[in-house]
Amino acid sequence: MSDTTHAEAPLSTTAERQAVTSQAGVTPSRDWVIVTRGIKREYDMGGEIVRALRGVDVAIRRNEYVAIMGPSGSGKSTLMNIVGCLDTPTDGEYWLNGTLVSSMKDDELARIRNKEIGFVFQTFNLLPRATALHNVELPLVYAGMSAKQRRETAAYALERVQLTSRMHHKPNELSGGQRQRVAIARALVNNPSILLADEPTGNLDSTTSSEIMKVFEELAEQGQTVIMVTHEADIAAHARRVVALHDGQVSSDTRRERFVNDNSHIIEAKKG
Amino acid sequence: MLFFESIRLALNTIRAQKLKSFFTLLGVCIGVMFLIAVVSIVEGMGRYMEQDLIGKLIGVNSFELRHRPNINMGDVDPSVWESYRRRPRLYHDDVAPVVEALPADTRWAVVSDNNLPVSSRYSGGPRNAQISAIEGDFFAIRKFVVAEGREFTPQELEMGTPVVIIGPDIEKRLFPGLNPIGRELRMGGLPYTVVGVLETQGSAFGLSFDNQVFAPWQAPVHRLLNRVPTIVDAIIVQVPSASQMTEAQERVRQVMRTRHKLRPGQPDNFSLQTSESALEFWNKLKRYLVLAGIALPAIGLVVGAIVIMNIMLVAVAERTREIGIRKALGARRVDILSQFLVESATLSTVGAAVGIALGVGMAEVIAALTPLPASVAPWSVVVGVGLGAGVGIISGVYPASRASLLDPIAALRQE
Ligand SMILES: Nc1ncnc2c1ncn2[C@@H]1O[C@H](COP(=O)(O)OP(=O)(O)OP(=O)(O)O)[C@@H](O)[C@H]1O
Ligand SMILES: [Mg+2]
Repeated sequence: MSDTTHAEAPLSTTAERQAVTSQAGVTPSRDWVIVTRGIKREYDMGGEIVRALRGVDVAIRRNEYVAIMGPSGSGKSTLMNIVGCLDTPTDGEYWLNGTLVSSMKDDELARIRNKEIGFVFQTFNLLPRATALHNVELPLVYAGMSAKQRRETAAYALERVQLTSRMHHKPNELSGGQRQRVAIARALVNNPSILLADEPTGNLDSTTSSEIMKVFEELAEQGQTVIMVTHEADIAAHARRVVALHDGQVSSDTRRERFVNDNSHIIEAKKG
Repeated sequence: MLFFESIRLALNTIRAQKLKSFFTLLGVCIGVMFLIAVVSIVEGMGRYMEQDLIGKLIGVNSFELRHRPNINMGDVDPSVWESYRRRPRLYHDDVAPVVEALPADTRWAVVSDNNLPVSSRYSGGPRNAQISAIEGDFFAIRKFVVAEGREFTPQELEMGTPVVIIGPDIEKRLFPGLNPIGRELRMGGLPYTVVGVLETQGSAFGLSFDNQVFAPWQAPVHRLLNRVPTIVDAIIVQVPSASQMTEAQERVRQVMRTRHKLRPGQPDNFSLQTSESALEFWNKLKRYLVLAGIALPAIGLVVGAIVIMNIMLVAVAERTREIGIRKALGARRVDILSQFLVESATLSTVGAAVGIALGVGMAEVIAALTPLPASVAPWSVVVGVGLGAGVGIISGVYPASRASLLDPIAALRQE
């Protein structure tokens, strides 16, 4: 079986703690791609307030590969949407690359989504009537890139996920795994500072899942910052750090030096 | 890029859903079709009325002194008719005083006409034709051109030589297959020698201008044209430029008032008919036509706009997820807004294009089946396209702004 000689990192480094707990409004150092301070997200459901996030403090470094886990309804997607600038917190600060994003306006957020964030969804979210290439080109369209350059860049992104041969196929002519690769290529095409994935293998069978996981792993090894939501422990095991959410709060934050396949080796730790 | 993509998307939608698109675009299509067709009819009729018909009937920068107007396209009161009936006629004696009152460079002509049978020994029975006895610069004023033979000489006009100039219809009917020049035709039992044939003038409203015979006013035939042989139907005056019209008319009016012994305050008992006065009726009709030309397209376009707006709202609802995806990938509000605006403008412009084609077709059909020379005005095509795009943009604003304001997460969650 797997070796048990991995060294576990401190649960939460002092630097990390400092980043998240320092006074509101203080710009975090450039080491941190993501810093959230006391993020809350509440939904007003006709008088009844649903608290999806109840104060989340997370700091993520460049090149980290983080898995977010937690039971259904714990607020994983809500957190991802905020980190992905698709949503804004009701309260708290979100710093992305040293920029305070949580108070930005719609169009500024659109620009951040376009330039800084690559989002991979469980349901792929490809445009059904467009070819794979065209789907991958879309973020470049909104970035204002010229048609020729767009094609080249998109083709290269498809090459990175080994889909060059399926470039001109529409989503309904592709398998689930291929669709998700197209979505990954699309998420990568703008060289985002973070790659977000909300249960990217949730709609795939186990063989395809592990293929997709391999893609993420390779990207992480190439230095891409990856944050991935997953339900499954063996998928989380690919990551070097696991943040667990419970009831809208971080219940544990674990990091490892090495990959292990046996989740029994993940050391649980209490939040700092 | 996004612009062309939106156009392509709209065209794909039209191609994919032909029947639905047909109904969507019907309003705009009909609106633009009527615009093109009505404008064509008005323009065609206007050009025809102003340049052809009236020009042929009266001439440019000219007016006719008559005892009553002979072109009455408008509705005339019975009491007015009664007063016309009681007016004194014009006589040949009036010609010299009128001409003397006019400046030397003024053209003038005298004409009396009536319908009479004409015959020749080269064809069967007599034919009815419009016979005009003329004097002065009649052909020059009316821009009638002698195609074969010659015009009357001053001597013929003065002496009343029995010679005639005929229209092409008379040539065809009375001299089939023959050169009529030098041959004879008969009117009122007397022979007349043909000296010229006119160029064809065409016809209007089924009325041929080519079924005419002209003779010098002094020739014997003038006795058959009116009850009293010395009656003149019209004295025609043509001034060199439009600015001299009022002055010339005023001079003629004074001469005639004196000759008819009218006291100041008494109304004229003769008419000075200009092409303008003949066009009055046309101008009135044109106003109605233009009104119809605005109202019909306007109704079509308003209906079209409402339908397109609804279709676009449906499209936004159906494509909520697409909007969510685009927003998630960095589309700003303006990107989504312009995408749907371009789409609805494209849709509507296609409808307008079809409407233009149908409108042009309709104008052609009208030109072919009726005597109206409907001709498509280029500006109406431009306006048609502009209206199409405009209606599309206006009806797209609300759906497009709704699309642009969608919350990305809510949009992505849609099935
Ligand atoms: N738009 C919304 N309106 C109201 N409540 C919401 C909304 N979105 C999420 N919630 C609530 O917020 C909580 C967290 O939802 P979230 O989708 O983040 O959970 P999750 O951890 O992603 O769950 P799952 O694993 O099932 O995807 C849930 O209780 C959910 O009902
Ligand atoms: Mg979720």
